[in-house]
Amino acid sequence: MITQLTVHALVEQFRRGAATPSAAARAYLDRIAAVDPSVRAYITVTPERALAAAAAADARWRAGRPLSPIDGVPIAVKDLLCTKGVRTTCGSRILEHFVPPYDATVIERLEAAGTVLLGKTNMDEFAMGSSTEHSAFFATRNPWDLARVPGGSSGGSGAAVAADLAAAALGSDTGGSIRQPAAFTGTVGLKPTYGRVSRYGLVAFASSLDQIGPFAKDVIDAALVLRVIAGRDPLDSTSADVPAPDFVAELGRPIAGLRLGVPQEYFVEGMDPEVEAAVREAIEVLKRLGGRAEAISLPTTDYALAAYYLIAPAEASSNLARYDGVKYGSRVAGARDVIDMYSKTRARGFGPEVKRRIMLGTYALSAGYYAAYYGKAQKVRTLVRRDFDAAFARVDVIVAPTTPNLPFKHGEKEDPLAMYLNDVLTIPVNLAGLPGISVRCGFSLAGLPIGLQFIGRPFDEATLLRAAHAYEQATSWQTRRPPLP
Amino acid sequence: MTDPSAAYEIVIGLEVHAQLRTHSKMFCGCPTAFGAPPNSQTCPVCQGMPGSLPVINRRAVEFGVRTALAFHCRVNASCRFARKHYYYPDMPKNYQISQYEEPLAEDGWLELEADGQPRRIAIQRLHLEEDVGRLIHEGTLETAHASLVDFNRSGVPLMETVSQPDVRSPEEAAAYLRAFRAVLLYLGVCDGNMEEGSLRCDANISLRRRGASELGTKVEIKNLNSFKNVQRALEFEALRQREALDRGERIVQETRLWDADRGRTRPMRGKEQAHDYRYFPEPDLVPLELGRASVEAVGADLPELPAARRQRFVREYGLPAYDADLLTQTRALADYYEAAVREVPHPKLVSNWIMSELLREIPADDERALAASPIPPRHLAGLLRLVADGTITGKIAKDVFEKMFRSGEDALTIVGREGLTQVADTAALGAVVDQVLRANPKAVEDWRRGKKAAAGALVGQVMKATQGKANPSVVNSLLEAKLSQL
Amino acid sequence: MGGRIETREVEQVARLARLELSAEETERMREQLDRILGYIDKLRRLDTEGVPPTSHAVPMVNVMREDEPRPCLPSQEMLANAPDRSGDFFRVPRIIED
Repeated sequence: MITQLTVHALVEQFRRGAATPSAAARAYLDRIAAVDPSVRAYITVTPERALAAAAAADARWRAGRPLSPIDGVPIAVKDLLCTKGVRTTCGSRILEHFVPPYDATVIERLEAAGTVLLGKTNMDEFAMGSSTEHSAFFATRNPWDLARVPGGSSGGSGAAVAADLAAAALGSDTGGSIRQPAAFTGTVGLKPTYGRVSRYGLVAFASSLDQIGPFAKDVIDAALVLRVIAGRDPLDSTSADVPAPDFVAELGRPIAGLRLGVPQEYFVEGMDPEVEAAVREAIEVLKRLGGRAEAISLPTTDYALAAYYLIAPAEASSNLARYDGVKYGSRVAGARDVIDMYSKTRARGFGPEVKRRIMLGTYALSAGYYAAYYGKAQKVRTLVRRDFDAAFARVDVIVAPTTPNLPFKHGEKEDPLAMYLNDVLTIPVNLAGLPGISVRCGFSLAGLPIGLQFIGRPFDEATLLRAAHAYEQATSWQTRRPPLP
Repeated sequence: MTDPSAAYEIVIGLEVHAQLRTHSKMFCGCPTAFGAPPNSQTCPVCQGMPGSLPVINRRAVEFGVRTALAFHCRVNASCRFARKHYYYPDMPKNYQISQYEEPLAEDGWLELEADGQPRRIAIQRLHLEEDVGRLIHEGTLETAHASLVDFNRSGVPLMETVSQPDVRSPEEAAAYLRAFRAVLLYLGVCDGNMEEGSLRCDANISLRRRGASELGTKVEIKNLNSFKNVQRALEFEALRQREALDRGERIVQETRLWDADRGRTRPMRGKEQAHDYRYFPEPDLVPLELGRASVEAVGADLPELPAARRQRFVREYGLPAYDADLLTQTRALADYYEAAVREVPHPKLVSNWIMSELLREIPADDERALAASPIPPRHLAGLLRLVADGTITGKIAKDVFEKMFRSGEDALTIVGREGLTQVADTAALGAVVDQVLRANPKAVEDWRRGKKAAAGALVGQVMKATQGKANPSVVNSLLEAKLSQL
Repeated sequence: MGGRIETREVEQVARLARLELSAEETERMREQLDRILGYIDKLRRLDTEGVPPTSHAVPMVNVMREDEPRPCLPSQEMLANAPDRSGDFFRVPRIIED
């Protein structure tokens, strides 16, 4: 089935004339119509736009003049990214009818590359969550077990790729929101180095932590998408002036001699034994490929979650102040004055998790508490980064589990704090601004996917991708498909 | 004037916001031009749309550094922007990108002259931030059921300077603002137009017993839209506080608005609560590190500032302080003066003519009008050359000036065309004088009987007969000679 | 930095954040925040004396743009999402001071 093909296999078919972008787009749209009612990955599907773009791509491939190596590929995009003329909700009622008048930079780049936008995917509201249960609209289901969550906040994008409802997808990662759903859905999820990809048009959650990255069926696909979206953007002052290498070119290079760090703190007490076993076995595979594994310590790991849950909500409380019913978004009618309007609009428009984090963040920044909370957390952040810097003096890549647990059932983690603990292995990477990738490394006995995480030096996505690709090539986890039509 | 015998000392601090004359906004590329249709000069960034991000305007930073150096501030080696949070409909993000703990510059001063003595008012800090949108109330702020918002102004670069509480009288406050504004105009960084809002001022004032070292409770005053109103508001407030203190009352720390129509300050409506701005470093912007070399380059490029130029005019041109003051009010006017003097080296003559004739047509602080003046410096110089070398009389020159202003022509052309050249030929004038003496026997008789002033009337008659072209000193000596012969 | 947050503080924070909370919601919020702050309290045990704060993950300085005007978006596009408008203005209810 055309919808089972990886991006690179699909593009090969376009090149040979064995398939057309229109055929691919139609196949995906048909599958979305048939299967998405069960998975619920999409908030908005854009069939007309997709077919029009696909038709244009057809012509280009026919003429032998594709815009890029992924011209005509059908892609889904997390509903946190602004798409001009297409509703962008961020999973929230407060933006339920918001139609941006502009495209995010990554959207412009994807369009310039000729890709086909299938639609906008479901997510935890304003990217705050680890299960996509906090979407204001509906919950997304894990294609491997529809009673379980796909992870979050980019759960829709992960589920879409896992269920073959998109050839690839974009998500965002602030504390693990690409990697954790990638682990839960058995897809490849890459969070680039902070500054590698422009944030212009990404609706901000935590400005110093957010990054956009791809979900893909395999590592080559992730590299192909990263190549299109990466690079300095003059509209984003935090986007780094670091040249983007050809991420695909280096993929096949063997990893013999690569030094792998295994952080003892990432094998947390209470982690699922099946997850631990799968990851330890994966490390053995890497050693057989010539990787040299050694134990390392990242001592500040235990404090990273606490620091994150001050920094992220603080920045979020600031970034979400603009949702006030004045210029865009919902507004509650009948308010007696503007303050009343603000308070009711925001109370009505935001869900409980968002409100919780706004309150926490506002408190952390408020007079008298700044130094003890936000200020302290920023110092802990420095220590987290120093841990990694010290480790990378000795190793080239860090290997660890992506999550401590397997995908859980809907409604299982109602306690906010229990939910936050999902991200304990992904958060330190965001605090340090490093690149991280999750790939499939096995299945639980019940058939649930398990994720293996690689963490790299700043701007060294190339080594990450190489290690992940080598692992993927040496294993056959990819052959297994979720139990869907 | 500070009364040294008064029981209380007035302590004033001034906060000035200046809109910077950049082409585009502080954090986005929207134009800054005034007067566009509502919400037509905006983009996702200055409207605070989801996903938008700011990028610093390099020229705004340069203007800030320029100003900081002109006020002798220390430009910080590194500075950063911070978010200042409060909710208001003119704030698109409900936070303003400003600077807090690490401002662009600190610890400068502005020098004023008080009673002939130079006095320094310390400037605590100078920083950059973005302006907010404009609100129009359907009615007044107090009675309106709704308000309208225009975000064209949102994002325009603002430079805020805060003085130390060194100002000691309302009059001095106005002088500070005038001098401050003059520097900004000389630097070309701001329009300095208080009515249009490109220059805004808030003042704070407290009183303390003379000799006390602690500061009294300060009251902040807003809604000051002219230097005159700043002075009036501070005078009113000083009086109000003095009377309250004399009655044994405590001064409430508050913000008051100046009501220019009623001539008084009143408390702002609503519960007064200290804002918790929840400042934190702006994560969407990276710090600025302004190297010494680049700062020094800006410093080397500073124009001669008003105070220095004023002093030089006194020294180099021998002008009285009054003239120097007036002529250096704007850089354009000072440039005009010097351009004219370069061509006709009679400094006082040029000064007089500018002050009395040119400034009658063009306001002294209107650089735009001066630039558009129908009489450029070389034309004025041309006219004054004719006066200085006696080609035309002073009186004729005034008429010529008016004609030049209306037509844009130069003096020689007009004088030539209308035959206005001064007559100094003694023979010709002698004949006219004889005629006038014959025609005015009464005046002659008055003169003979000792009323020397009657000669003046006779001079007038000669001028009339010659259509003002007669050289006055020749006329005077001829008249004197002929009268004494009678 | 104690783990105890009081109702009065929750109300004050809600006001700062412009979130209307019922008495019930306030109490629920207080409990949840209290627990979360209790967890965060562990940061106190970490010695951060002399450690500089990290504001930016990747150290960069002096990112600026030239002072060149760029085309704006047409006002109708900027106003298209307005919940209430009057002509080309955004319209808001009566403004009062906090």
